[in-house]
Amino acid sequence: MLAIDIQGLSKKYAVGFWKKHQRSALKSLNLSVETGETFGFLGPNGAGKTTTLKLLMGIIFPTAGSAKILGKDYLDPEVKRRIGFLPEQPYFYDYLSAPELLDYYARLSGVSASMRKQRIEQLLGRVGLSDVGNKQLRKFSKGMLQRVGIAQAIIHDPDVIFLDEPMSGLDPVGRHEVRELIQGLKDEGKTILFSTHILSDAEALCDRVGVIHKGELRGVGVVNDFRSSVAEKTEVIWLGAKALSAVSDLVTAPHSTGETVRGTVQSADLDRLLEKLRQQQARLISVTPIHGTLEDYFLANTREEKREPGNS
Amino acid sequence: MTSRLSAITWNTFREAVRDRVLYNLILFVLLLLASAPLFSQISIGLEKLMLVNVGLSSISLFGVIIAIFLGIGMVSKEIDKKTLYTILSRPVRRWEFIAGKYLGLLLTLVVNAVLMTVGFYVALLIFIHRLQGSDATLLVAVYFIILQFMMMVAITLLFSTFSTPIFSAIFAFALFVIGTFGEDLKNFAAMSQGATRWLATGVAYIMPNFASLNVIAQAAHGESISAHLIIFNTAYALLYSVGVTAMAVLVFERRNLK
Amino acid sequence: MNHGRKVMIISGVLVAALFAGSVISRLQVESIRGPQATLDETLYLPSGKTVKRLSLGYYSLLADIYWTRAVQYFGARHYVRSVGHYELLYPLLDITTDLDPKLIVAYENGSIFLSQRQPEGAGQPDKAAALVEKGIRANPTYWRLYFTLGFIHYTDRHDYKAASEAFQKGSEIPGALPWMKVMAARMAEKGDDPTTATYLWKTIYDTTTDKTIKDTAAKHLLSLQADLEMDELERRTQAYYERFKKYPEEWSDLIRAGLLAGIPADPTHTPYNLRLDGTVRVANEKDFPYLERHGAKENK
Repeated sequence: MLAIDIQGLSKKYAVGFWKKHQRSALKSLNLSVETGETFGFLGPNGAGKTTTLKLLMGIIFPTAGSAKILGKDYLDPEVKRRIGFLPEQPYFYDYLSAPELLDYYARLSGVSASMRKQRIEQLLGRVGLSDVGNKQLRKFSKGMLQRVGIAQAIIHDPDVIFLDEPMSGLDPVGRHEVRELIQGLKDEGKTILFSTHILSDAEALCDRVGVIHKGELRGVGVVNDFRSSVAEKTEVIWLGAKALSAVSDLVTAPHSTGETVRGTVQSADLDRLLEKLRQQQARLISVTPIHGTLEDYFLANTREEKREPGNS
Repeated sequence: MTSRLSAITWNTFREAVRDRVLYNLILFVLLLLASAPLFSQISIGLEKLMLVNVGLSSISLFGVIIAIFLGIGMVSKEIDKKTLYTILSRPVRRWEFIAGKYLGLLLTLVVNAVLMTVGFYVALLIFIHRLQGSDATLLVAVYFIILQFMMMVAITLLFSTFSTPIFSAIFAFALFVIGTFGEDLKNFAAMSQGATRWLATGVAYIMPNFASLNVIAQAAHGESISAHLIIFNTAYALLYSVGVTAMAVLVFERRNLK
Repeated sequence: MNHGRKVMIISGVLVAALFAGSVISRLQVESIRGPQATLDETLYLPSGKTVKRLSLGYYSLLADIYWTRAVQYFGARHYVRSVGHYELLYPLLDITTDLDPKLIVAYENGSIFLSQRQPEGAGQPDKAAALVEKGIRANPTYWRLYFTLGFIHYTDRHDYKAASEAFQKGSEIPGALPWMKVMAARMAEKGDDPTTATYLWKTIYDTTTDKTIKDTAAKHLLSLQADLEMDELERRTQAYYERFKKYPEEWSDLIRAGLLAGIPADPTHTPYNLRLDGTVRVANEKDFPYLERHGAKENK
C-alpha cells in the first residue's frame, strides 16, 4: 500500500495590495511514498517543501488536488493518530517541562493513560533527555528542543513520520544524533518523509529523493542509482603551471596556486591530457574520478531552465 | 473527544497559572485591606456598603482585565509561535481546540473569582464581624459576574482567531464599554427612525448587555434578586457565549494559518 | 575612573538636579496661582448621567467615592472658617445621588450640610429641600427622609406650614414612628417654638451617623437650653424688679429675696452673667453660637 499518495496538490496565494495576483507556492504535486520507505524531499529555500508539509497536516488548505495517507483522506482526524510531525524550527510551550509536554501530546494523540507514563520515560531515554527532570522547555538548548521535537513526533508510535528540516540549526554532534534516531525509526519499518537541503543527510538516509523547485517537483530518483553511476569526469592535480596553456582546451575550470594546478577533465579525454602533461614535463600529483553525485542531480534540477524529470 | 478537550482545557489553565496571573489576588487583598479603614472614617454604618462595592467591583474589573489580556493571545499566539502545528497534526479537531481554549480561560477566571470571593467574605467577617442572610445576594452578584466573564472570554477568543493582539484588545475593550451602557443603546434606537432605527436596534442586540448582569448596587444595599432574573440572565449569557464561540469556530475552521 | 562610571555619575546628578528644579518651579507656579486655582479647576463637574456612563458599570462604587469626596469637601470648609464657600457641595451630592439613588446617607447628611447657615453649612436650604425630595422619590418607603425634609423647612427655611406637611406625609408611611404625627400637629399649631426645636435637634443628635452634624446638634441643644434657662432667669429678675423697684445687682440679691436657690450656671457649668438692666447673658458667647433670644445681637 502507498503510505502517502499525493495527487495534483496545489496551493496558490493571492498577493499584492488588492489581492489580484496569484503566486503559486505549489504547482500540482504528484508524489507517492511506499510503506517503509524513507523519502527525502530536497529543494532550495522557498521551493515549497514546507508548504507541502503544511498542506498535508491541514495547517493550510489546498487550492486544488487531494492526498491520501495510509489509504484514507489526509484530513481524516483518525488518520492523524498514525502520523507524527516535526515542524521546522519548532517552538513548544516553554512553560512546560519535557515530560509534561509529551504527556499533553500523548493525550491529544489518544495514547491511553496506562501506556503514557511508560512511553514517555522510554522516549526521553531514546532521544537522550532522561535527566532533564522538570526543567522548563524555555531553558532548553536548540539541540535539546530538536530532540524533544522528535520525541513528540513519535510519542504515539505513528506509522508515518513527517520531518521538516530536522537537522536545521544543529551542531555536528546534534546532527549525528538526529541521524541515528531517524535510522532507528527506519529500522523499525516506519515510513519517513523528511525535507532538507543538506544533501549528505539525504544521501545517507533516504531510499528515494525528490527535488522540488519553485513549487514544482522537478525529479524523483533512487539514491543508489547516483552512487553507482560511472564517473563522467576526472579531477587532475599537477605541478607545472606552464603546462596549462597546452591543455587549456581539455581542462575546465582550472585553478592554480603557485605551481600547483587543479582542473577537471571529461573522463574520455583523460588519456590525452596525461599525455600532454608528460610532454610538458609537468608532475602529476593526483588523478581522481568524480562520481555523479546527488549534488549534481540537485543542481541540475534546480537550474532556471526547465528540464525533463529523470535527466541528470 | 472529552479526553482531548479536557487536556486542552487543563493545559490552558496551567499556562495562565504559570504565567503568574493569580498574583492579581495579592493586589486584590491589599485593596480590600487598605480601603476598609479608609471607609470607616467617612460615615458610620457605611463600611459594609463600601466594602461590598469595592470588593464586587474589583472582582468584576480584575476578571475582565485578565479575560482581555489572556484572551487576545489565545489563538493568535499559538499561530505566531507555531505551537499549533504540532496540535493540528494530531487527531484534534479545530473546534476542539477553540472550545478547549475557551473552557481553560473561563476556568482560570472562575478560580480567580472564587478565591477572591473567599477573601472578600473573610474581609467582611474581619471588618463587619458577622454575616447575615442577605449576604446570599453577594453570591448572586458574583455568579452574574462569572456570567459576564463567560461572554467576555467568548468575545476575546473570537477576535483572537482573526486579529492581532493589539486590535483584539481594542475591540474587546470597546465591546466591554459598550456592553456597560445597557439601556442607552436601545433608547437611542427607539428614538431614531426608519433604517437607522433597524440598524441601531440590531446593533443594540448584537452588543453584549452587561448592564443587566451588574447587580453590585443591589448587593451593596442588601436587596434580593429575583429568581426570574437569575434564570433569564443565565440563559442569555449561555446562548450569547455559545453563539460567539461558534462564530470563532467558524472563522477558525477553514482559516489558512501562517 | 572609566567611561561607564562617569556617565552614571553625570546622569545621577542630572536626574537629581532636574527633579529638584521641577519641584521648585512648580511651587512657584502654585504660589502665583493661589488657593483659588484648585477651586477653579474643579468647578467643572460633569453631570451625574455622564459620570454614570463613564463608570463602566461600576457606578455603585463611584457613588461611594463621590460621597467620600463630598464629605471631605464639606469637612475641609467647615473646619477652616476662613473659606466659607461651598459651591461644589450641591453638584457633588447631586452626582452622588444620581449614581446611587438609594444612598440614603447622602440625602440625610448631605442635605443638612447644605441647609445649615453659613459658615457651619452651605446656607442653601432650598437646594437642600430639593435634594431630600429627590431622595424621597427614589426611596418612597423610607419615612425618615420626611423627618429630614420637615427639619429643613422648620429650622432653616422657617416655613412651618411646609414643615408640618412634611411630617404629616411622613407619618402616613407604614412603620413611621408616632411622634411624626405629633410633630406635624405641633408645627401646624405653634409654628416656631423652642420645645419643638429642642425635640427636632434631640432626634438629630440621637440618630445621625455624622460626627459633624452630631456636634452641631449638641451645640444647638445647648443654646436652646440656655435660651430657655435665661428666659426663666429674666422672669425672676423681672419679679425682683416688681418687688423692689430696681434690678438686682448680683445673683445673691435674688437668692436673699428667695427667688433663686443658688447661683445659676449655664449648661457648661459656668455661671450666667447678670446685667444691670436685668437681662441675663452667658459668660462665653463662643460656647453658645445659636442663641435666639439672649445672644449678643439682643444687646442694646
